[in-house]
Amino acid sequence: MSLAKPDAINISTKQKVALAIGIIGLFILALALFNTNFPNKGVFLTLALGLITIGIVVYSRDAYLTKLEGIKNDGVWFKSISSRGVWGWIVGVILTTFYIVLYFYPQYLGLDTATKDHANNTGLVSLFDPLSQLLSGRNASQWFVYGALYTVAILAFGYKFILKYRHNRYQQIRTVSVMFFQLGFAFLIPEFMYVMNNDLPYYDLKSVWPLNYYIFDEWSVNGFLSNGSIGLALILFGIISIFVITPILTYKFGKRWYCSWVCGCGGLAETAGDSFRQLSSKKMSAWKLERWLIHLVLVFSVVMTTAMVYTYLGYDSNDFWLTRGVFIALVIGFLTVVFAGVMLFKRQELGKDAKYGAIGLFAVIAILITMHLTGTNENVFYVKAGNLRSAYGIYIGSIFSGVIGTGFYPILGSRSWCRFGCPMAAILGFQQRLFSKFRITTNGGQCISCGNCSNSCEMGIDVRHYAQKGENIVRSSCVGCGICSAVCPRGVLKLENDSMKGRINPTEVLLGNDVDLMDLVNQK
Amino acid sequence: MEHIVIIGNGISGVTLARHIRKLSDKKITIVSGETDYFFSRTALMYIYMGHMKFEHTQPYEDWFWKKNRIDLRKAFVQHIDTDKKTLALDDGDLLTYDKLVIATGSKPNKFGWPGQDLDGVMGMYHKQDLENLEAYAPNNKVCKRAVIVGGGLIGIELAEMLNSRNIPVTFLVRESSFWNGVLPEGESVMINRHIKNHHIDLRLSTNLKEIKSDSNGKVKSVIIEETGEEIACDVVGLTAGVSPNIDFIKSSNIETGRGVKVNRYLETNVPDVYAIGDCAEQHEAIGNRRPIEAVWYTGRMMGETLAQTICGNRIQYKPGHWFNSAKFLDIEYQTYGWVFSKPKEGHAHFHWRHADDTKCITIEYDISTNQFVGINTFGIRMRHETFDTWLTENRDVDYVINHLSEANFDPEFYSHYETEVLSAYNNQLQTA
Repeated sequence: MSLAKPDAINISTKQKVALAIGIIGLFILALALFNTNFPNKGVFLTLALGLITIGIVVYSRDAYLTKLEGIKNDGVWFKSISSRGVWGWIVGVILTTFYIVLYFYPQYLGLDTATKDHANNTGLVSLFDPLSQLLSGRNASQWFVYGALYTVAILAFGYKFILKYRHNRYQQIRTVSVMFFQLGFAFLIPEFMYVMNNDLPYYDLKSVWPLNYYIFDEWSVNGFLSNGSIGLALILFGIISIFVITPILTYKFGKRWYCSWVCGCGGLAETAGDSFRQLSSKKMSAWKLERWLIHLVLVFSVVMTTAMVYTYLGYDSNDFWLTRGVFIALVIGFLTVVFAGVMLFKRQELGKDAKYGAIGLFAVIAILITMHLTGTNENVFYVKAGNLRSAYGIYIGSIFSGVIGTGFYPILGSRSWCRFGCPMAAILGFQQRLFSKFRITTNGGQCISCGNCSNSCEMGIDVRHYAQKGENIVRSSCVGCGICSAVCPRGVLKLENDSMKGRINPTEVLLGNDVDLMDLVNQK
Repeated sequence: MEHIVIIGNGISGVTLARHIRKLSDKKITIVSGETDYFFSRTALMYIYMGHMKFEHTQPYEDWFWKKNRIDLRKAFVQHIDTDKKTLALDDGDLLTYDKLVIATGSKPNKFGWPGQDLDGVMGMYHKQDLENLEAYAPNNKVCKRAVIVGGGLIGIELAEMLNSRNIPVTFLVRESSFWNGVLPEGESVMINRHIKNHHIDLRLSTNLKEIKSDSNGKVKSVIIEETGEEIACDVVGLTAGVSPNIDFIKSSNIETGRGVKVNRYLETNVPDVYAIGDCAEQHEAIGNRRPIEAVWYTGRMMGETLAQTICGNRIQYKPGHWFNSAKFLDIEYQTYGWVFSKPKEGHAHFHWRHADDTKCITIEYDISTNQFVGINTFGIRMRHETFDTWLTENRDVDYVINHLSEANFDPEFYSHYETEVLSAYNNQLQTA
């Protein structure tokens, strides 16, 4: 990951030294991966992570602090790593391979799969044992290794990003936020929670269902419920997160409060992935694909979760009031209320999508009713519910979000998971489009169609399409990173939370023209 | 079906075509020899700097034109026959029209300097200029120094471009301070300092005498008029303004001055022939505007206006309140209303500058009525709509200064300077 810009073109001696330091750190990790048995693992782990961090820090300081404050995108499309050149592909292949091994062959990372507590780790995983022991008194798993590397990447590249945008406080504060949530919520707190109560399932508090697709699995729910009031509180928090906290915050701030301030996937994309943001496709065809794909994943995750919960609920209301029938009725009722509410209050904004929404809703209801009619203790749709859940875990949770989402950073840009796959982003985006105060305001007629905004949009939004028409940008996919506003040379774009009125403002003729003409054409 | 032919695929011509399509079913053809598709000229600099590739400067995908039935014809027009309503193209074809719109933009000025046509001497306006620059200044080994002649918006952009590839730049500016024919003193000198902070060799009050050639007809050096100094260089950028790109019209019946002469309806002297954008010259200037407005926004506005006229709703070009913007290296600039380099008679300036020397504002107002006339703002973004409203409402300067925060358009969490501006304003009034 420290191979942010390995090109030898235009980099100073100091930057070359910094790259060398970082590569030595990576080399230690590579040696461990190939089963070098380091004598004092704690020292070598510290050395490896330390050198990588120092390399990135020194490199960034020389790259940005030697120049005046301002936009630092010179040569982005010339550098091999950030323009799908040879280095881009090499890094892409390395990352993709790493993810495949991580998800499907962790034994090659040195994970001891024979014992439950990984007593005899070797290789890369064993190198992380001392750190894991220090934090939670147990040996490392492949997920601990991944989490530690992930956190180092967000912290070190976050520092780089803060220097790059040192004239922009929005960017700085936002980056400190993702660094904080990664280090605290995703990495440290779950380890400490384990120390306090080692029966609790791993729970990253900020990871909300449906992004956290396993929280309502039977083992997870049982894990929580068997731990008394703390466990109950945690699972209630999980439910409140998606049904109460998320809608309120998204209404006030847009989905950015999550996607580019809190979320770990977003955090990595905004820091380590920053060099690749311009690679996302801005074509209309990509947008069409995005709308289908992300909503299909959402439907899949809703059905999958419902099916999972369904199978461990009973038939008899004497045991527990929440029976299968009640549960299915609740889900269908909730979806119908949401859809009816949208049709009632937001028919206008929905436009042509209302038809697709209706088809989608009825499809889901039909699927759920079929499930109820055909479901047994184990099976739904005549297959094991567990199989549905594993399919989701493998294809969506691992391959889509990890292997493609992050492994393909240097090819598809840094947010392809967030854009095409994340069901959480789909829910937040739906709300952002219809019930939120957030928008990117276009500044009257000042746009010169230069394209810097679209180019730097990691979500592939053709920002210019709106800006050059004087229209505000109200798109469900916008994660509110604010880079379009930062790179605009004419001060055209501003991320704002303001009243709902006039938020979506289609214009025919732009500000600056004869008022009569504007009235005339905008009347229609 | 009426055939509208537009010469030029810049912002003016393309805006016109889009709006005609919205309003009607007419056949539309855009003729351009420069590029296949519309691109944003103002973004050419970012291609050289590596921020974008050429395709990113094209605001519409390639399928857009066919879908909207806007025919594109790649050719230069050589002659216009207004009697037969025909264009002679450089590939030998003839193109007939029912209505013709000239939207050919500008070309860089050359003032007859010796050596101005040598290899390695170029303007920075057309896509071809960019290709030329890429050939002569790919890096600081091939191009050891570049000299830029002319201190305007394109000149400083060219300096920024070359700077991004670590090519040393000498920047010759005729005036005593950068762009001080437009910018008030305080702003102009702040930009001088900013240019120098970027290690650009800024030479004020300096004119070009001649460009010297090596034995292969390529630029070798320039000679300074005032001192006779010879500066060795591999590239010379000529950025001393632009003028209408209308040489091919001179052989027709269409009346031209510096540009194509048009009335307020953007009509030329020949029926069914119109001109818009940089190449159009008003018979009489509109308000404080110049007869020829070579600005992105005015080109777009003329396109929006003329579309109405061509589609049967004949209306005048009546631009609203003046606005413009630019970016000087790292400092953004916006202007709303009129701020002149020296206050107009009966007007005064209020000027505030931040201690960090990258932010300032200048407000021009009427001394007797206190009416707000215009604002220049550097390093602080302002809201177009707010100032447009205040100008329409004839607000006075006190109102504007006291409500400045309503117009702020900076990103969230940025420091605000309204209180500092207000106290500077109050102090200035007391001492005055």
